[in-house]
Order: sequence, then structure tokens, then C-alpha cells
Amino acid sequence: MAEPQITNKDFQPITVHHSEAEKIAGESASYWKDAWRRFKKNKLAIAGIIVILLLSFMAIFGGTISGQNYYEQDLLNANNPPSSDHWFGTDNLGRDVFARTWYGAQISLFIGLMAAIIDIVIGVIWGAIAGYFGGKTDEIMMRIADILYGLPYLLVVILLLVVLPQKLWTLIIAMTITGWINMARIVRGQVMQLKAQEFIMASKSLGAGNGRVLFKHLIPNTTGQILVTLTLTIPSAIFTESFLSFIGIGVQAPLASWGTMANDGLPALQYYPYQLFFPAIFICLTMLAFNVIGDGMRDALDPKERR
Amino acid sequence: MVTYILKRLGYIILSLFFIITITFFLMHAAPGGPFASERALTPAIEAQMNEAYGLNDPIHVQYLDYLVSAFTFDFGPSFKYVGQEVSDIIRRGLPYSLVLGLEAMFIALAIGVLLGVIAALKHNRFGDYTAMIIAVLGISVPSFIMAAVLQYIFAIQMQLLPIARFETFAHTILPAVALASTPLAFIARLMRSSMLDVLSTDYIKTAKSKGLGQRVVTYRHGLRNAILPVISYIGPLVASILTGSFVIEKIFGIPGLGNEFVVSVTNRDYTVIMGTTVFFSVLLLVSILLVDLVYGLVDPRIKVAAKGDKG
Repeated sequence: MAEPQITNKDFQPITVHHSEAEKIAGESASYWKDAWRRFKKNKLAIAGIIVILLLSFMAIFGGTISGQNYYEQDLLNANNPPSSDHWFGTDNLGRDVFARTWYGAQISLFIGLMAAIIDIVIGVIWGAIAGYFGGKTDEIMMRIADILYGLPYLLVVILLLVVLPQKLWTLIIAMTITGWINMARIVRGQVMQLKAQEFIMASKSLGAGNGRVLFKHLIPNTTGQILVTLTLTIPSAIFTESFLSFIGIGVQAPLASWGTMANDGLPALQYYPYQLFFPAIFICLTMLAFNVIGDGMRDALDPKERR
Repeated sequence: MVTYILKRLGYIILSLFFIITITFFLMHAAPGGPFASERALTPAIEAQMNEAYGLNDPIHVQYLDYLVSAFTFDFGPSFKYVGQEVSDIIRRGLPYSLVLGLEAMFIALAIGVLLGVIAALKHNRFGDYTAMIIAVLGISVPSFIMAAVLQYIFAIQMQLLPIARFETFAHTILPAVALASTPLAFIARLMRSSMLDVLSTDYIKTAKSKGLGQRVVTYRHGLRNAILPVISYIGPLVASILTGSFVIEKIFGIPGLGNEFVVSVTNRDYTVIMGTTVFFSVLLLVSILLVDLVYGLVDPRIKVAAKGDKG
């Protein structure tokens, strides 16, 4: 093999035009792009998203694919273990546990999502107004929040459910009555930090009103925090729903959720453990998935916090 | 210090006043009278019963009566269990719940702190991942599912521990572990991040460069500072153990306060609901006060009295 000829020509300086010197080679990444790049690296969080997508898909279509329905009672085939007919077995009234699991998934996920969204909406508005106006407004609004926050959340929800008629929407209302406080505190802190910054002053000096500053500048800048809190609120809402249903004051028959299924399965634990374990596994799986997604999002959106 | 405690006690009484008022009016707004389920009652007897329980008085008289008697811890008779006073029910249930709650708190604190410290010391290594997987699982598995799983494995399958009731120490293990699982996971995470913060501070570097051993640096200098956030978590911990006891006592058939509360909710036994709620609130408010005081003692950087003047 011939030696490559090295001549003096190879050692000439490359001339770079001065206009090119300042050019940035990489593509500039926006905040969200950057966050997404970090988020993608988190295998657990991606797995969590896949699990949630699968569960949502099954919640919508899962009830029909086994050829059984969730309400039909067949007392001759009560308490059957899992088989090719009934993939997850049957419960004490002979209803198909597989179909019921996905029907329960609809209710559990719906309540979890609705309660979390309502929490976030109230919390964001409350916190943003308190943080933005400050002074007496802030004092009064946060004092109200503090009083509500002083009592254990579940105790308040249970007391409300004793009084309210037992419907699906009253359950959601009871769950949101103090659930928004956490979000309000986070948003308030963020808004107080942001409102002192120059871009807010710029916007104000251009004549923007309070409403515009709040909804166009302050709240959009807290989106990251809001998203993280939303993802972490959903599992706790699902937990609350199943907790309440488990002690018999949550979702009422004929509706069924994972919590009521677990409650129904508990007395049969010794002989038919699958009746409790199927809904239990899905409660845990859903909460786990949302928790890892939330953690992943927090790491991705706030790299300073990352360890 | 004394003025601070008095001030805090004043706040507690104020909060209690709110809680009693709210629960009183909530329970009176509830649909149906307390005797609605006993359909066989003739109107004459119902009137007699209403009279006996003071339900014929105007609402503000009832309210004032209740307020006065609540402060002497007399919550009146149970509507469902004839001849039982609410305060008797509380007195009967409390010892079980207290033992269970304290045991669960001990487990949550001891193991939670241990896991957190291990995770921080083995940062980004196997020990860290293991501890944090345990923590995420603990947060994601609700206590009532944990309880059922523990019951199934240790009581039904392995027959190692009794499945229910509350008599000997062996009976307490499963419910206490189930009750502790979620707060344990929170404490482990809290401890880990606080320990990581502390381990990267200058005074830890100083301690190391003085030539102190790993053990002394970790425990004398690191742990003592890192544990402070965990102490301030004890307030929420009490609340979490308290609400957790509602389901755990139901699953394990423990005749404690949490169980009484749930039974009274399903029975719509309004006086018992009100009484236990007020009692839970007292318990919680007092323990939060105690935690704050202890916090001041443990961390000399925080002046308890000064903090009180601010808020």
C-alpha cells in the first residue's frame, strides 16, 4: 500500500469567513424540545406512557373482545377460576371479571382524570390570582386554602360524601373540594417569582391589562409545573376513588370501578384470590405508570432538580 | 416560648371551633333524620325519641349545646347503638388504633430513613436503584391492596402470621406494615434527596478533609442535618396513618377508631361521625404542634418563637 503523500499544502490554514465564525452549528432547541429530548432518555417514563396508552385502549375496547359482558349474572358459574371462557374468572354473581375489569377501568380512569383536571383548573386560577395580586387578596385566599388544608383530605371527602347524594358527579366534587390546594400553592409560588421579571414589566408597559398578563404570560410560563402536577394528581385521584369505593362510599352499584371490585373481592380472598388481584394489579399498574411519567416529566422539565 | 405555645393553642382552639361548626351543620344538612331507617316507628314514638335526643330544640340551641359539650369531650349518645356514649366508643377504640398507629409510624420512619440513606450513599448505583424502586412501588401500591397481598402471602399461603384481629404482637405486624408502606416510601424519597443535598455541602467536605472516617461523616454530620425535613414530615405522616387506618382496620378486623369511623359512616350514625371527626382533628392538630416544637429543639437554627411571630 502506497504511503499517502503529505505535502506542505496539507498544512495550510483553512480560511473561515468572519461572518461564519459566529454561526451555531447545532439546531437551536426550544424549551419543550429540550425537555422532550431529556424525557425520551427516561426508559421507565416511556414505558409508563405505553402502559397508560394500552390501559386506555383496553378500557375502551377491552370489554367487548372476550365476548362476555360486564353485567350479566350467571349464578351457576359463580366464582369460576380463570378459563378460556372467562379469562379472569367470574365473581360471586357469575359476572365476567375480565369484562368488569375494563368497565371498571373506564370509571376509575374517568374519575381520576376529571378530578385531576378540575383540581388543576381551580388550583391554577386560585394560585395565579393570589400570587399575582399579592397583598390582602393573597393573604385572604391563601388563609382559606390553609384552613381547608389543615384537615386530612380523605376525612373531608368522606364527611362530604355522607351528606351529598351518592352519584358519580358528587364523588368527583367531593374529591376536588380540597384537592386543588396543592396546585394553587405551586402556581402561586411560580407566579410570585415570575411577576418580578422584566418580560412582565415590558408587557405591562406596553399596556397589557391584568387579565392578559395573567393568562398570556404568567400561566403559560408555569405550564411545565402544571403538567407535572397534573400527572402526579391523577394517580392520587385514582387512589382516592378506589379507597372510597373500597370502604363502600365511593362508586355505587350498578356502576363499578376497580375500587368496588377490590372491595367485592376481599371477602373471597381466601378461596378466590383472583377476584381481588385482577382489579388490584390494574390499580397499582396505573398509579405506577402515572408516577413514573410524572417523575420523568419533572426531571425533564426541571433539570436543576435532577439527581 | 410560652407565648408562642399559647398562641398556637389559641389557633388550635379556633380551628377546632371551625371544624365542630362545619361538621355540625354538615351532619344536620344530611338527608333523612337519624331514625329514618327504623320504619316501624309510630309518629308518637319518633316524637318521643326526637325529644329524648334533643332534636326538637331549635337548631341554634342544639348547636350551642353541642359546642359546649364537645369541649368537655361529651359527644352525646350514639344513634345506632342504644345506650352507648360516643366518648365510650372512642375510649374503647383508641388503644387499638394508638398501638397500630405508633407501630406503623415507627416502621415508616425507621425503614424509610434507612432506605433513603442507603440510596443517597450509593447514589446512582445498585443500592440507590433498589431503594428507589421500593419507594416507587410503595407510593403506587395503595395500602389496602398492600394489606390484602400481605394477608394472602403471610397469613393464607405461608400461615406465618395471624390473618386478622388484634391480640398479640404477631397480630400487629401485618396491619402495621401495610399501614406504613406508603408513608415509608415518601420518607425514603425525602430522606434521599435531603441526604444528597447535605452530602454535597461544604461542611461535609471539611469534615472529610479533616480526616474523619466515612461513618462519622455520614452519621454525625450528614444524617443529623439531613433528617430535618423528615421531622417536619411527621405532621402529614400522622394524617396519613390516621386515614390509612380506616381501611387497614377494616381489612384486619381491628376494633379501632378508624373502623368505628367507617362503620358510623356506613350506618349514618351522625353523633359518632361528628365525635370521631372532632377527636381526629384534636389528635392531628396537637401532634402538628408537638412536631413543630420538637423541630425547634432539634434544629437550633430555627427559633420557634420567632417563627410564631411571623405567622
